[in-house]
Amino acid sequence: MKSGRVITQRPEGLTCEAGGFTIDPWQRVERAIITHCHSDHARWGMGSYLCSPTSAPLLRARLGPEISIQTLPYGEKLRIGEATVSFHPAGHIPGSAQVRLDVGGEVWLVTGDYKTEPDATSEPFELVRCHGLVTETTFGLPIYRWRKEDHLMSEIAAWWRENRAAGKTSVLLAYSLGKAQRLIKGVGREGPVVVHGAVATMNRACQHAGLRLPPWYLVSELPEGVKISDCLVIAPPSAAGTSWMNRMGKVSTAFASGWMALRGARRRRGLDHGFVVSDHVDWPNLLQVVRESGAETVWTTHGYAETVSKYVRENMGLDSQALVTHFVGETLDESEAGEEPETLETRGAREEQQ
Amino acid sequence: MRAFVNLYLALDATTKTSEKHAAMKDYFRTCSDEDAAWALYFLSGRRVKGLVKRSALKGATLSLTGLPEWLYDECREIVGDTAETISHLNASQENRTLEAQENPAKNQQKTLSQVVQEIIIPLGQQDQVQQEEVLEATWRSQTQQEVFVFTKLITGALRVGVSQELVLRALGEVLGVPPEVLAHRLMGNWTPEPSLLATLKEEAVESRKFWHQPYPFCLAHPLPDLSALGDVTQWAAEWKWDGIRAQVVKREGKVSIWSRGQELLNESFPDLATEALSLGDGCVIDGEILAYRDGILPFQDLQKRLGRKNPGKKLLAEIPIHFFAFDLLEWEGEDLRQRPFCRRREMLELHHQTNPAFGISPLVHIKATDELLEMRDRARDKQAEGLMIKRLDSPYEVGRKTGTWWKWKVQPFTVDCVLIFAQRGTGRRANLYTDYTFGVWSGEKLVTLCKAYSGLTDEEIVKVDRFVRQNTLEKFGPVRTVKPELVFEIAFEGIQFSSRHKSGIAVRFPRIQRWRTDKKPEDAEKLEQVKDLLRQREV
Ligand SMILES: [Zn+2]
Ligand SMILES: [Zn+2]
Repeated sequence: MKSGRVITQRPEGLTCEAGGFTIDPWQRVERAIITHCHSDHARWGMGSYLCSPTSAPLLRARLGPEISIQTLPYGEKLRIGEATVSFHPAGHIPGSAQVRLDVGGEVWLVTGDYKTEPDATSEPFELVRCHGLVTETTFGLPIYRWRKEDHLMSEIAAWWRENRAAGKTSVLLAYSLGKAQRLIKGVGREGPVVVHGAVATMNRACQHAGLRLPPWYLVSELPEGVKISDCLVIAPPSAAGTSWMNRMGKVSTAFASGWMALRGARRRRGLDHGFVVSDHVDWPNLLQVVRESGAETVWTTHGYAETVSKYVRENMGLDSQALVTHFVGETLDESEAGEEPETLETRGAREEQQ
Repeated sequence: MRAFVNLYLALDATTKTSEKHAAMKDYFRTCSDEDAAWALYFLSGRRVKGLVKRSALKGATLSLTGLPEWLYDECREIVGDTAETISHLNASQENRTLEAQENPAKNQQKTLSQVVQEIIIPLGQQDQVQQEEVLEATWRSQTQQEVFVFTKLITGALRVGVSQELVLRALGEVLGVPPEVLAHRLMGNWTPEPSLLATLKEEAVESRKFWHQPYPFCLAHPLPDLSALGDVTQWAAEWKWDGIRAQVVKREGKVSIWSRGQELLNESFPDLATEALSLGDGCVIDGEILAYRDGILPFQDLQKRLGRKNPGKKLLAEIPIHFFAFDLLEWEGEDLRQRPFCRRREMLELHHQTNPAFGISPLVHIKATDELLEMRDRARDKQAEGLMIKRLDSPYEVGRKTGTWWKWKVQPFTVDCVLIFAQRGTGRRANLYTDYTFGVWSGEKLVTLCKAYSGLTDEEIVKVDRFVRQNTLEKFGPVRTVKPELVFEIAFEGIQFSSRHKSGIAVRFPRIQRWRTDKKPEDAEKLEQVKDLLRQREV
């Protein structure tokens, strides 16, 4: 169990004892700080939640309207016990925040999930200097490196055009919170966009939080005269192979995920296409963040935590350790599955299929 | 080279035969003859062998990327393919974005044949230091996709999901030559010279260049069900031997022995080559090579012969071989392949009476379904894998055609085993623990019986993978020792005593039949029981 003056790793998660709260807790705690609303970070059952203003409606959409939420805008400081807390944009999904903690002048930063390359939906990543850095390492291997956003979106638009010409419906599988909105915003001007019910729920919550999106439709509400084969259909990966897909006619199916960088991962899913679109940081940017944060101590979590930690220790000369994750045996090779366990929203999706 | 890279990507992106066919046709229609010859060479699974060692590939990558060796190894393990790993890592130096790498100005374009002739082939003459320099410089000038395909070409077979048959169908349409004629012209050893295409297009089917080549092998489909045969009296059955399928070609006073993989086997089997000299000229016989001394010897013995070129007297005496003929494809220079099977067979038997240089595989004309069932039951005693069932009126087809030749294997042996080690898979399954080692009980200990890779559903693989991660006792490199808890029913095509294996048993073609979630590890088989199974068979 890693322990510092500012943060301690406890069974319930990364805890700041000086402030009496836990960040993205795994077990029930009185006071939770939530970096963002993906289900492996925002869990049900906490006494109270502190999150960014954008995250609040998303959190309600996922966990129910009755939870107790306090919000803190990016950059503003909040004193909790002995600790001073502030949020800084993480560039991961709308509302995602890095958590900066200052206890008696020692500054630690918990990145949560983050991405340095800007996109059109999430608040752009902000580099924060700190003494201690807790960074995610989901894609922490040098084989992972992402292309620029506009390149990705034009790749997807070209695929869509090609399918349209061939009379095939373009079905793009993507996680319903974050990835889906990023894609709709990125290519939604190219033609009509149809979404799965699970995506619709998240679209509405994001719009409620102030995000502007091009028009999108449920398949049952497709306007008169619009052919489904002209549409881009965005659905969560769990919808693949379900009867919901029967309404799409002849399809070309693609998956938008960082894991699509590897040929093996693409083939395993038997997809027509894989677009390497990730909402996590890639290898070169991860190293850059570690370097530019000025941190002397680096803790790693998620994915290739051991690998990154060893590299940081041996090749960057910093003090570093990998945190033990909550999920036994998980190396996050398959964390894409872990990203979306059943929540209100996926339950909705399941019901829609029935 | 970009056109070939695009062809590769197009083939890789689809599983549909029609799309693969169209992509290859497009390529062959527009490329030069030189490029077509090399594309044909690589797409049909051939490779330029023995070019670079893994250490040179790794050395060049480390020098290019500045990464520590352990990190390279780790990436290689995750990706599961050297060429793909290198293509990702090469793109991963911090000062080099993927976009900059794709700037075409940096790329003087070489054609596929130029790349092969100017870069790939010379690698074979260079020492490792030179090789690393050449690799590094080449990769620097390439896009990520070019690095991938180029490195694939130098590390091994392309494996892009096309069969030679499919390649020839596309090429045949472009050249206006029937694919089976191309297949015949390309049997055996050939080099992708620029003149190859011209030779393939030649009018005369029997150009001298192809004189000693075999015919494309006729292959069988697994029999789905006895009802597929229809009227059983139209069929004949013979044993399906577990040996090496081969054609013996005797033309112009010379013998050539060809494997199905189109390798010339004369040097491994000089005894057979000598015996076959007594055949008449213009004769091609299809059959099976078996290791044989007072009965059929284990396949492992035959493998020893296969692996040794120009074997000494001792090995020849220790493991004699025998050729079991089952079809006659050419006689006195005449191609018999379009004649009905029963006619070819009669001619084979007739020829055999006057020339006992080869054995003949017995054939049974089927009168009733029961006969087939009974015959299959006896297959194991005959050391056969099962039956070959051939339509009496069938021609000798090119490749695998449905409905003329069937193979019908015997029910495999099965043994309940415990999972003891697991290793990550490669390629499609590179991130999952999919390669398993199974053991059976010997007293209180589990001894290794076999390794098996296939047979589970994707869903089961994920479950076993999770089990492995959560129940690892020890790690040795990529191998994990797991808690002995999961029981699987393993099926084998063959099982024999063997002094070379720790368990005392050698198995052939192990595969996972099913996951016995109903069984506890202590329910798994004991080594002694497995041995008993073997002893009973020997009676
Ligand atoms: Zn996330
Ligand atoms: Zn996460």
